[in-house]
Amino acid sequence: MGRIEIDEKRCKGCGLCTTACHLKLISLTREINVLGFTPAITTNRERCTGCALCARLCPDLAITVFKDK
Amino acid sequence: MPQVFKRPVSLKDVPTHFCPGCQHGTIHRLVAEAMDEFGVRERTIGVASVGCSVFLYGYFDVDVVEAPHGRAPAVATGVKRARPDSFVFTYQGDGDLAAIGTAEIIHAANRGEDITVIFVNNTTYGMTGGQMAPTTMVGQKTSTSPYGRDRAKDGSPIRMAELLAQLGGVAFSARVAVNTPKNLMDAKKQIMNAFRYQVEGKGFSFIEALSTCPTAWGVTPIQANERIGGELIEYFPLGVYKDTAQWKPRIAPPAPVEQPGARAFPEFMNEI
Repeated sequence: MGRIEIDEKRCKGCGLCTTACHLKLISLTREINVLGFTPAITTNRERCTGCALCARLCPDLAITVFKDK
Repeated sequence: MPQVFKRPVSLKDVPTHFCPGCQHGTIHRLVAEAMDEFGVRERTIGVASVGCSVFLYGYFDVDVVEAPHGRAPAVATGVKRARPDSFVFTYQGDGDLAAIGTAEIIHAANRGEDITVIFVNNTTYGMTGGQMAPTTMVGQKTSTSPYGRDRAKDGSPIRMAELLAQLGGVAFSARVAVNTPKNLMDAKKQIMNAFRYQVEGKGFSFIEALSTCPTAWGVTPIQANERIGGELIEYFPLGVYKDTAQWKPRIAPPAPVEQPGARAFPEFMNEI
């Protein structure tokens, strides 16, 4: 069981995290953030395993990962 | 719920100026994580180059010297010789290291200076608007090669990791990529290896990291990432090209199976 938090103010909407998640829980919104990009959001949050692959691929360190030990 | 992934201490908590999908940010994080793991942040002096990596001082929480275009290995040589107890690394792009700074990197490597060079190869001059670099792929369209790079006129892309590996002073040379989680984990391991050479004073270590430049390539970040996995890794194969110290792997190899009657393996062969 895990949880990720995406910092919408830092996200530049590159979409690399969407390719990293093999459960396809991350997608890009259509709403525009303060930087003028469409940030990533999570769907089906309860399925997140906390593998942190999305956070490792994120070039802007916009993702923090929490996981039950 | 405990936090399992967070920003390394050596990386300041500021937004970067990089374009969306640029992997400079990922490589910055790997370098910062390696610095944290070795605990060398307080005695680290980074040498920044000219290019998109020029704002190194704004992102790393270490002392940084800004070098003239291409001259980062020469500046790092001076820093390391003046302060031998410091940990010195340079962070350079391909327009900086492979074009204008070729003489500096080759001679610093050949002298075997005790520094670490992180070379980010995105096959173009990213900051100045996507001009052709020595590492640009044959056929790649850039603003100074609008019909694609012509091998007859402009030559072939330089493979720096292989080129430097044959010099006597180089202790470690590897090429990594950060396009997939697997390659990224491997990149972290090789950056740790390169830093270890300097921490233990064993000589010059060189890391070439393949990176994307979606803006200059004119593609989306995901397409740029796919280009690394296809075209670029095919021409620039990943791997370790020189590793003089041959650290023992963290996971011990399996014990040899006892075979009755087999001749014993001579002891001295293990050291070769």
